[in-house]
Amino acid sequence: MRIAYALVSRDVRRAWSGGGVTLVVAFFLLATILFPFAIGPDALLLARVGGGVIWAAALLAALLPVERLVAPDAEAGLLDQLVVRGVGLPGVAAAKIVAHWIGFGPPLMLAAVAAGGLLGLSGETLVAVELGLLIGTPGLAALAVATSALVAGVRGAGAVAGLVMLPLAVPLLIFGAGSIAGGAGAIKLLAAITLVLLAGAPFVAAAAMRAAMD
Amino acid sequence: MTAALTFDGVGCTRGGRVVFAGLSFALSAGDAGIVAGPNGVGKSSLVRIAAGLLAPVAGSVRSAGAIALLTEASALDADVSLRRALAFWAKIDDRADMVDEALAAFDLSALAFIPVRLLSTGQRRRAGLARIVASGADLWLLDEPGNGLDASAVAMLEAAIIVHRARGGIALVATHTPIAIHNAHRIDLVRSA
Repeated sequence: MRIAYALVSRDVRRAWSGGGVTLVVAFFLLATILFPFAIGPDALLLARVGGGVIWAAALLAALLPVERLVAPDAEAGLLDQLVVRGVGLPGVAAAKIVAHWIGFGPPLMLAAVAAGGLLGLSGETLVAVELGLLIGTPGLAALAVATSALVAGVRGAGAVAGLVMLPLAVPLLIFGAGSIAGGAGAIKLLAAITLVLLAGAPFVAAAAMRAAMD
Repeated sequence: MTAALTFDGVGCTRGGRVVFAGLSFALSAGDAGIVAGPNGVGKSSLVRIAAGLLAPVAGSVRSAGAIALLTEASALDADVSLRRALAFWAKIDDRADMVDEALAAFDLSALAFIPVRLLSTGQRRRAGLARIVASGADLWLLDEPGNGLDASAVAMLEAAIIVHRARGGIALVATHTPIAIHNAHRIDLVRSA
C-alpha cells in the first residue's frame, strides 16, 4: 500500500508538472473544435454528431501521453530498481493505470463540458457523454499503459502506439458513443470492456516491461 | 536474515553469444567481491544476473537478503530536488529517516535542494550511491561505481563499503577502475573465444 501510494503520487505529479495534462486537454478541445469547421455551422447536425465527436477526440487525446508513460521509467532504471526490491511489475502497471487515469480522466471530463457547449449539445446528451466517459476512460487509461509498455524502446514509438492502440480502443468508441443514444445496454457493454481492459492490461504491460529488461 | 550470494556454474549468453560460462563463487556476510576484466567481458551482465534482472542460461544463483543495485542509470527523477528524489526510494524502502545520513555520507548535503538534472556526472553517481546507503539493503550490487568519481569520492565509497561489511553486508563490485577493498574475492572474467 505504501509502495502503491508512492508510485501513484509520483506519476500523478509527473503528469501535472510535465504539462502533460494541459496538453491532453488542449488537444482534446482543439480536435472537437475542428469538426464545426469541417462540417459547417449547422447547429442541429452538430448537436446530433457532437457526442460521437467528443468520443473520437477523447480517444485521440488518450494517445498523446502514451510515449511518456513507461519508456522514461525503463530508461531511467526505475523499473529495474522496483524489480530488485521485489515489487511485482503487474502492481507497478496497475499503479501507472490509476495515476494515468487521475491525470487524464477527470480533466478530460471537465473539458468535455466545454466541448459540449461548443458543439451545442443538450444537457441530456452531455450527461450521457459524461457518464460514458466516466466509465470508459479507465479502460482507455489501461489500454494506454499496456500500449506504452509494448512500444517502449521502439523507434518512432508514437506512431506505432497509434497503430497498436486505436484498433483495440474501437469497442470503447462504439459503446461509448452508442451509449449516448442506446441507453443502459451500451453502458453495460462499455463497463464490461473497461473491466476486461483493467483486468488484462496490468499483466500485458508487466510482461512487456519484463521482456524489455532482457 | 544473514546475507549471502552464491553463483553455481552460471553461464550467460547475450544475443546468441556466450559471454561467460561455468562461473562459481560464494559470498557470505561481510564479504566483498570484485568483478574485474576488460570492457565487454560481461561485468554488467553478471551484476544484472545477481540482481535477478537477467536469467542465467545455465547454473543457478541464490541470494539471501534485500538487494540494492547501482547501474549506469541513476533512477532518480531529474525534475525534482535531490533530497526528494532520494526520499521517493527511501519511502518505498520504508527508511525515510535515512536520507539525510546518506546525503552526508557522500558529501551531498549542500546539494540536497538542487534539482537532479543540474547535477554533474560525478554528483549524480554519488547520489546513486547515497540511494544504496539509504536503502539499508544487505546485498550491494554496484556496477562501475567509480565512474565519474574523483579521488575523494572514491574514498567515500570505500569507507561506505567498509561500514556496510562491518554490519554484515555483502558488496559485489564490478569495476575497471581501481577501488581499494581489502580482503575482496576476485572474480575474474575472461573474454571467451
